[in-house]
Amino acid sequence: MTGRQPGSGQERALAETRTLVAKIWDRHVIAPLAGGADLIAIDRIFLHERTGAAALNSLRAAGRPVADPSRVFCVMDHIVDTRPGRGDQTLMPGGQAFITETRAAAREQGITLFDVTDPDQGIVHVISPELGIVLPGCTLIAPDSHTCTQGAFGALAWGIGSSEAEHALATGTLRLKRPKTLRVSFNGALPEAVTPKDMILSLIARHGAGGGRGHAIEFAGEAITALDMEGRMTVCNMATEFSATTGMIAPDEKALAWVKGRRYAPSGELLERALEDWRGLASDAGARFDAEIAIDAATLEPMVSWGTSPEHSIGIGGVIPASAPARALEYMGLAAGQALVGMKIDAAFIGSCTNSRLPDLRRAAALLEGRHIAPGVKALCVPGSMAVKRAAEGEGLDRVFTAAGFEWRESGCSMCFYAGGESFPAGSRVISSTNRNFEGRQGPGIRTHIASPELVAASAIAGCIADPRQYMRPQRRS
Amino acid sequence: MTPFTTLTAIAAPLLRDNIDTDTIIPSREMKSTGKTGLAAGLFAPWRYLSPGGRDPDPHFVLNQPRYAGARILLGGSNFGCGSSREHAVWALAEYGIRAVIAPSFAPIFAGNCIRNAIVPVVLPADVVAQIAARSGPVTIDLPGERVTLDAGHGWSFTIDAEAKAMLLEGLDAIDLTLKHAAQIAAFQRADRQARPWIYLGDPHS
Repeated sequence: MTGRQPGSGQERALAETRTLVAKIWDRHVIAPLAGGADLIAIDRIFLHERTGAAALNSLRAAGRPVADPSRVFCVMDHIVDTRPGRGDQTLMPGGQAFITETRAAAREQGITLFDVTDPDQGIVHVISPELGIVLPGCTLIAPDSHTCTQGAFGALAWGIGSSEAEHALATGTLRLKRPKTLRVSFNGALPEAVTPKDMILSLIARHGAGGGRGHAIEFAGEAITALDMEGRMTVCNMATEFSATTGMIAPDEKALAWVKGRRYAPSGELLERALEDWRGLASDAGARFDAEIAIDAATLEPMVSWGTSPEHSIGIGGVIPASAPARALEYMGLAAGQALVGMKIDAAFIGSCTNSRLPDLRRAAALLEGRHIAPGVKALCVPGSMAVKRAAEGEGLDRVFTAAGFEWRESGCSMCFYAGGESFPAGSRVISSTNRNFEGRQGPGIRTHIASPELVAASAIAGCIADPRQYMRPQRRS
Repeated sequence: MTPFTTLTAIAAPLLRDNIDTDTIIPSREMKSTGKTGLAAGLFAPWRYLSPGGRDPDPHFVLNQPRYAGARILLGGSNFGCGSSREHAVWALAEYGIRAVIAPSFAPIFAGNCIRNAIVPVVLPADVVAQIAARSGPVTIDLPGERVTLDAGHGWSFTIDAEAKAMLLEGLDAIDLTLKHAAQIAAFQRADRQARPWIYLGDPHS
């Protein structure tokens, strides 16, 4: 049974060059449906405590079993407390029920659960790659919009709602229309001190928060290939902020090296078979995309948001454009024509599924080492997983953060979205390594500016929005 | 799911781009592990004067008497962006909203609407603005794919065929898919041979 494409697509496969998306899609098609959609196979499902209980309890009430619990995972990450010594209690009123009900439902269904105190606990899109749950060429869904993060491994991974999660749990499938394809090429090399976060914010700022609608994005080009896997995850993470179906990157040897040896990844002879398969996933030379965007990486600079959509972002040296919507300016307490550098901040947050992995923390710590945050700034670092936390502590990064005045937390989504019931004081201006600067995202009245971990660290030191390049030491530049 | 055919109702304008699901239902208003009890939290940051409070902000459109009983929302582009939380759609449905007309929708939100008998109608921004400028009820004719005003002005829209069928007939997607059980099983038998590393419950993998 090799080389056969289940369902449709075989003839087309033989006749034409295909994209990464098409290769994965074609082999997952179970049946074409009336109306132009396909019934496609879902290889991995990841749930979390925010919506896990609702989906599992709703299925049980309908008398529908989980089709294959061995391919369903669940983690406590969204509302779990991140303060040291945590348990099931959260600062969110009623929050504990989300944890205990999800735990009970996961156990009842025989789903693999990474619980509050599990050494493998962490943000879903951090731990799934750490554990080898996402694999190149697989389809993976989770009721979380940032599931596209995992496309960095050459998987077709995307976020869905609860109803779709129930559908996938009950049937192992989803009913979907094949997305159009968009290749976003970052050509050339990034300038010094420009990060993956700056790449994706630049794309969204240039083409708008709806710029990727209807398309699955393949990120390509030298500047993408040069990134480590963590950086690739940061880029793919915000494909949802571009309104894209998902974002992904063809798996290369760097991606395959990451996967090898992970707990749920194949090993031995099966790994060899898988590697051979995965090496064939990259888009064929000459494959046609429905749309193309090319960006010269050398033109990019550190980015920071000024408004209430990620598209409201500018280079750190820029000013708020004259076209800025009044409502966004009013909420943010800003005016068109204003520069952001020097804007006083109240708090700094490093964490989230966008920027909470070990290289993120290393780069922020390199700026913080031997320095202290400005008086009156509240600063937190929330590692993306307990594994990241342990690795960071092994390198002494925790001591760099705490000596600089940051709180050092247990892993979780934390104050990226206020779900743990914890926030900054109302009206605070927060510089944040997260993905959303929506009104109230981090709490009522909070004014969020999103940026890279380096820019957050530099701003925490300065007490105002600052250019990270001014805080980089020559030996740290690489 | 309640079938949707034709609806004539007041349409409340919220003509702002990038209205996100954190605004439609903030995390702090998602208080129970179920799918209900969410209507009071709908648009809480804009609808009430203080966070967590319930004193209505008279400026917010749904608090204005002329839009009392609105069953249709008019929105800006990229409506429903952000978090995948289906609670946003559950809150809209529980409040009584049956359709949203906007120039574009965030993809996850649009999918969630269709699973909950809310019609996401895509019309150009200038048309949405024209509808918003008129008083009086708006009619959404899903079978005919038309939006009309009482004065007879109308615009055609298109909607994905499967989504239309689901909405019109109030179908349950899981029931429909389970009719393919034999095909799913056959696919998995073949796929298990081709990609055994995907099947974690298989002792041979």
